[in-house]
Amino acid sequence: MSETSQQSLGTEAFAAQFQARRETLPGSGLGWLGALREAGIAALAERGLPTPRVEDWKYTNLRPLETLALTAARPDAPAPSLDLVPSLLATTDHPRLVFLNGFLRPDLSRLADLPEGVELAGLADLIAKQPDWLQSELSDDGKFETTALTALNTALMEDGAVLRIARGAVVERPIELVFLGAAEAQPLSIQPRNLIALGEASQATVIEVHAGLGEGVTVSNSVSDVHLAPGARLTHVKLQDESHRSYHLASLRARLERDSTYEGFGLSLGAALSRNEARVRLEGSGGHCLLGGGYLMRDKQHCDNTTVIEHLAPHTSCREVFKGALDDKARGVFQGKIVVHRDAQHIDGHQLSKALLLSDDAEMDAKPELEIYADDVKCSHGATAGEIDHDALFYLRCRGIPEAKARSLLIQAFLAEAVEEAAPEALREALNARIIAWLAAKPQGAN
Amino acid sequence: MAATSETIRQVQDIGERYKFGFVTDIESEMAPKGLNEDIVRFISAKKGDPDWLLEWRLKAFRLWQTMPEPEWAKVEFPEIDYQDAYYYSAPKMKDRPKSLDEVDPELLRTYEKLGIPLKEQEMLAGVAVDAVFDSVSVATTFKKKLEEVGVIFCSITEAIAEHPELVRKYLGSVVPYSDNKHATLNSAVFTDGSFVYVPKGVRCPMELSTYFRINAENTGQFERTLIIADEGSYVSYLEGCTAPMRDENQLHAAVVELVALDDAEIKYSTVQNWYPGDENGVGGIYNFVTKRGACRGRNSKISWTQVETGSAITWKYPSCVLQGDNSVGEFYSIAITNNRQQADTGTKMIHIGKNTRSRIISKGISAGKADQTYRGLVRMSNRASGARNYTQCDSLLIGDECGAHTVPYIESKNAAAQVEHEATTSRISEDQLFYCRQRGIDPEAAVALVVNGFCREVLQQLPMEFAVEAQKLVGISLEGSVG
Repeated sequence: MSETSQQSLGTEAFAAQFQARRETLPGSGLGWLGALREAGIAALAERGLPTPRVEDWKYTNLRPLETLALTAARPDAPAPSLDLVPSLLATTDHPRLVFLNGFLRPDLSRLADLPEGVELAGLADLIAKQPDWLQSELSDDGKFETTALTALNTALMEDGAVLRIARGAVVERPIELVFLGAAEAQPLSIQPRNLIALGEASQATVIEVHAGLGEGVTVSNSVSDVHLAPGARLTHVKLQDESHRSYHLASLRARLERDSTYEGFGLSLGAALSRNEARVRLEGSGGHCLLGGGYLMRDKQHCDNTTVIEHLAPHTSCREVFKGALDDKARGVFQGKIVVHRDAQHIDGHQLSKALLLSDDAEMDAKPELEIYADDVKCSHGATAGEIDHDALFYLRCRGIPEAKARSLLIQAFLAEAVEEAAPEALREALNARIIAWLAAKPQGAN
Repeated sequence: MAATSETIRQVQDIGERYKFGFVTDIESEMAPKGLNEDIVRFISAKKGDPDWLLEWRLKAFRLWQTMPEPEWAKVEFPEIDYQDAYYYSAPKMKDRPKSLDEVDPELLRTYEKLGIPLKEQEMLAGVAVDAVFDSVSVATTFKKKLEEVGVIFCSITEAIAEHPELVRKYLGSVVPYSDNKHATLNSAVFTDGSFVYVPKGVRCPMELSTYFRINAENTGQFERTLIIADEGSYVSYLEGCTAPMRDENQLHAAVVELVALDDAEIKYSTVQNWYPGDENGVGGIYNFVTKRGACRGRNSKISWTQVETGSAITWKYPSCVLQGDNSVGEFYSIAITNNRQQADTGTKMIHIGKNTRSRIISKGISAGKADQTYRGLVRMSNRASGARNYTQCDSLLIGDECGAHTVPYIESKNAAAQVEHEATTSRISEDQLFYCRQRGIDPEAAVALVVNGFCREVLQQLPMEFAVEAQKLVGISLEGSVG
């Protein structure tokens, strides 16, 4: 008993929420969905929310969540004016879904004249319409380990983005998903569930923007399921800029079939605590996965990037590059695992984590893991942590660049490496602009 | 024999405390099977421990009973029945082979390949050698030389009797009795091990080795080694040897503690080649070792070098606690697993002092159906300004049924500390093998050659006489893994 209490945090509050709302959750009349939710809440109760005693959560502590009196978000929050909805794109004609506290707001979204082959809708709407494929897509997580957070999401999910690209469709215009959190005095819990499925040989770019409006506390626990059919190619960029008291927990589960490519990049700037957990299964030969990430944290912010890439088929490859800068008392975590299963020969896997510590109180914890059961592989990982290169700083100062400016330039260049390697070209400028804005918010060089 | 009668006498002295009908069993020269407080007391009495040490052992034993089995390592083995083992046995003479003719020919073949002299072969195979054995006289000469410079080198039992102040001061100061389940068990029941004290400013005139310690013939199952290098001193210590050792105990839980004071340096080299079990993983030693060095003083240095080729299961993380400013920690390791061996090994470098430096070079080779894990921790505390770490761990896979895993933990709390970690996993390239084969080198020799090249950085760290044998050992350990 004492041991289990160390291993997990209580989930009673969520169980109570589930009991109170089970009749009103979307699809409450659907037997299969009800059973799925029941299984979710049972799995959550069994596991409990993890503590640092659980190996996967060694460096990230969810205990602060316990002290929050969370209430479930309601769909009736007042909508912000349209120009307050952030975007990573300069264009205004791309398809866009906007979610406010986890609920789709058609008034803020752009769903008219979707490109050919694109199906884009809110999950709640689809549950109401009940297309025949929805059940299998939502239940299709048997291949991934059920975690406490994914189970919680399954039990309480209400809305989210569902994107389906038809076979052979090449979608040029990016599709933007904006998730806004706007809490008042009451901390809100939000459980978005996204489904992204690309048909054979199709291509698409999805951009996620997560932002907070105001200073309220939201706890977002999202699950995104990505399924790439043979030859499909998905570019997936995410900007996380939640309010500084919020929690951002995101689980990505991606299945890649033969010759498909997933390229993901996330820039984390906001939230008191954020965890981006990506689990990727390379199930067919020729699959390739690129995961990139940048994070800029200050004050007491905490950012955790956890990835598990499983090579299940021969001739698959992956590449990971995560870079970040940590100021004040911020803490960064990188846990990356590459698993090469037996008989998955001819694997190429590379992983890199680099962190800059800008203050004496900042902390970086990295755990880059390789787990390899096949011999014809080339896998490597690298991890570094340290301060700004003195020589580079000296070089710039010699040329009359003030220290604060020089430091800022070097941090920018440091992150630009990850942006350049993992983010699509069209978005690099917008991402770099965010990095520059972050740097400008506090002059560098005080320490 | 003297040992037998002594055992009987000692047990009779404290006989009343034993309620488990154990006196009748005494003729077998060992304490009865199982582990309880009485056994701990018996071992303590047998070793003539002072009261404080008995108390310490009991404290450890009581804690041990409450500790769960550590399960985080990536090794699999049936649960250990701690009650189904002997925790004390006097050196046995009876069932030893009488001559090399009685020794397993497989073992002899290996000795031959390693080029071990006949006399040494006898000792290693556990042949009952008489006292005129060469190394004894060699050892005596060595001992004299050490005494001249004031180096204390003796068994831990002798040290407890003759230098209690030193032992009491340092024993358990690096690896506390409560450290982990295996170390705690060792603290409760350790029976043997080495003790080294190098006085201030002394450079130990020779490499110290358990091999030359006269009474080291029967290296215990629960060894406890304590090495103290006083200010400005230097010592190099060799443990184990390249030849496979005859051993009857399956569970080994040793503890090694090193203490380096100001400007002192300790170099600790290990070659471990205990019985790994047969091809199907039957038998074989469980090697659960806790090794840790404390760089207490300024500018001190501790260097671990290990070649791990034996044992069914290796669970071992030689670590350095870099407390003194400018202190240096090093870890050079080769781990080879073949057949069904499992190894979970690595190091911890805990940087506490300013400008501390550490370097980790780990080479893992996995063949057959073996599994191997590098598990390491590098921690930069927030005091450790100017600290640096460089880690390189490479794994080589031979065959498609083995596994190689890398699990490093990197924790940095200081902006002015640099941590660098690199790891690669690959296999022997076909090109390299082809090149060798073309030149008439047979496949096994080619693999040995390539692997030796792969391990070179570590082999170079070994003392000369060790390095040559270790190189051959690398080849032998991988026999049967190709073709």
